[in-house]
Amino acid sequence: METITAIGFIFGLSVVLALVLAVANAKLKVFEDPRIDAVEEALPGANCGACGAAGCRSFADSVVKGEIEPSRCTVGGTATAEFIANYLGIDAGSAEKKVARLLCAGGSDVASQAAAYEGFSSCRSAAAVTGGPKGCAFGCIGLSDCEEVCGFGAIQMAPNGLPVVDVSKCTACGDCVTVCPKKLFEIMPLSRHLIVQCKSLLAGEEAEALCSVACTACGRCVADAPTGLLEMKNNLPALDIKKLDLQTSIATFRCPTSAIVWIEAQQFPELYDDL
Amino acid sequence: MSASAMIEKVKTFRHGIHPAEFKDYTKNLPIERIPFTNEYVLPLSQHLGGPSRAVVKPGDKVYRGQLIAEASGFVSATLHASVTGKVKAIESRNHPSGNLVKSIIIERDPYSPQTLHNERKIDWEKISPKEALREIQMGGFVGLGGAAFPTHVKLAVPPGKKARFFIINAAECEPYLTTDHRMMLEQADSMLLGIRISMKILGAEKAYIGIETNKPDAIEYLRQVIPSDMACEVAPVQTKYPQGAEKMLITAILKRDVPSGKLPIDAEVVVHNVGTLVGIGDLFKHGKPLIERVVTITGPGIHRPANLMIPLGMKLNQVLDYCGGLKENTRQLLFGGPMMGAPQSFLDVPIMKGTSGIVALTDKEVFPRKERACIRCSRCIDACPVFLNPSRLGSFARVKRYEEMMDFHLMDCIECASCSYVCPSSIPLVQRFRVAKGMLREKQARERAGKKS
Repeated sequence: METITAIGFIFGLSVVLALVLAVANAKLKVFEDPRIDAVEEALPGANCGACGAAGCRSFADSVVKGEIEPSRCTVGGTATAEFIANYLGIDAGSAEKKVARLLCAGGSDVASQAAAYEGFSSCRSAAAVTGGPKGCAFGCIGLSDCEEVCGFGAIQMAPNGLPVVDVSKCTACGDCVTVCPKKLFEIMPLSRHLIVQCKSLLAGEEAEALCSVACTACGRCVADAPTGLLEMKNNLPALDIKKLDLQTSIATFRCPTSAIVWIEAQQFPELYDDL
Repeated sequence: MSASAMIEKVKTFRHGIHPAEFKDYTKNLPIERIPFTNEYVLPLSQHLGGPSRAVVKPGDKVYRGQLIAEASGFVSATLHASVTGKVKAIESRNHPSGNLVKSIIIERDPYSPQTLHNERKIDWEKISPKEALREIQMGGFVGLGGAAFPTHVKLAVPPGKKARFFIINAAECEPYLTTDHRMMLEQADSMLLGIRISMKILGAEKAYIGIETNKPDAIEYLRQVIPSDMACEVAPVQTKYPQGAEKMLITAILKRDVPSGKLPIDAEVVVHNVGTLVGIGDLFKHGKPLIERVVTITGPGIHRPANLMIPLGMKLNQVLDYCGGLKENTRQLLFGGPMMGAPQSFLDVPIMKGTSGIVALTDKEVFPRKERACIRCSRCIDACPVFLNPSRLGSFARVKRYEEMMDFHLMDCIECASCSYVCPSSIPLVQRFRVAKGMLREKQARERAGKKS
């Protein structure tokens, strides 16, 4: 008899609880667009945050809501963007490929060393104690903070202590931009070929004494480039990105230190080939 | 006083370390005045806070003690010419931080007697505390212990808060340095005047001079010279690093804790360094603003160690030349002490307001150490004066999980380097914490900027 009571009690209890759950399911239901799951599935799942969203799920949510274009996911590239755009029946948006460029060419072979740094091997740590061992206060320290932070294995240190960004692997997530204590990385469209590989605010002999590939602010590139493309600002030529169509390699011909260069796709091609 | 009574009186904080002192190089050498040199470099950013704004132009004649740059805000400081001469240029020069910083370059007038511009005596008893504070602000005073925080900001008690106690930080816990020690023995009258004025401004009830027991002559001498009408007491503290850290000294002397993320004023205390008070005393005695400071030049790499009175802006190599130059096996030059000082990579950097010492270390003291795995010995935990877990924080930092370090109170770290000092595996703990703090601060700044836009 007791057995039957127990079974009956448990049965009754489960029926009551099942009813509560059924009601709750109906009343408290949160509708979630099933397309968010589908879009998230199509994304690379790197959760890198390069798009500006907190992660891939949050990006998918924004895409479905139409707040952000699918092409903003730089990691997935055009194929992913088109797939998502097709699926949602929207425009993929026209985002050209962007990559991180290093604005310093002062490897240990051309830049002067002011001191030997023997402390904790990290650019940030070296920059905090004495600005780094290099003579130039603006140049690359070369202790590979960017190589470590890159989640895509796109950065490799060359023998001369400069990080080389592999254009095919770089997703323009911007992690290297944030970690560099000297702020030497910049995200640029791949279509930009004219780049000043120097951030030294010094001019003339002062700059050249510290590094043989420094920009000396002589202004020849500005004079040779089409009007308005380049402008001398703080002893460095600044490119007007709106006039990018005008870019020409003529601007680099008379540069005495090769600080301004024309890059087809890969930056530091010789270093890249050796890696 | 018997030995046992002495031990009972010694105050201290918990944890900390006992590095060798190396103060014998200079502790018995009187302060010397270094001869003037020809060129002085005065960076516009020598203090915490906004950089100063130059009020002179290239070509202007300036007099020793004349204002050459004004403060750019409340948390900023004025700057005065440390020598009579001509402004040669205002340009970017090498700075001890490793960056190029805009500096005023003054060329000395070789025929000038270098007397003080506008020498005067300020009667501190007649003027109001507000006026006295204004004088200190205009004198360009910053904390001379090393952090270079503007003095007038610390002396201005915010409304609703009280500064009941005033502590004079004379612990000088960094090895090698002896500037505070020598100043207490040689310039006690200026220091006592500085204490009186500061106490008047703060409205403090009582002052304590916290001196480590490794300076018994200073303890005894000050006990003799402090007038009986002054509510000032010498408080001997144990010789232990980092006894001279503001929060440690407050805990040791008053048994009060400064709450996490708060300032000493929240514990009703204000702390100033000996050098700062001597400077304030001299300001009211002769009208001399902060144009020179005492620097200990010491270490095994120096031929002739000395305690020198150096005009601000003198270049490092000129100071080293005066001390007989560096020995050949010198490997590292530090501004500040060996625990928290900043190594220098250029020899033409100027002596600044916050430069308490120049320490030259040789191959014997400095050599690269290989990092090994943490063996969980917990020596860093026993050393940390603010009761953090450096071992745990270190393992988070190694894999760059900086956000999680916040949960372990990373921001309370005072960067004293005790953990790195005791680590038998040579793990660069404090170095990693500094990197982590920098990354987190930048991230917060980015988030704030993002919210605004």
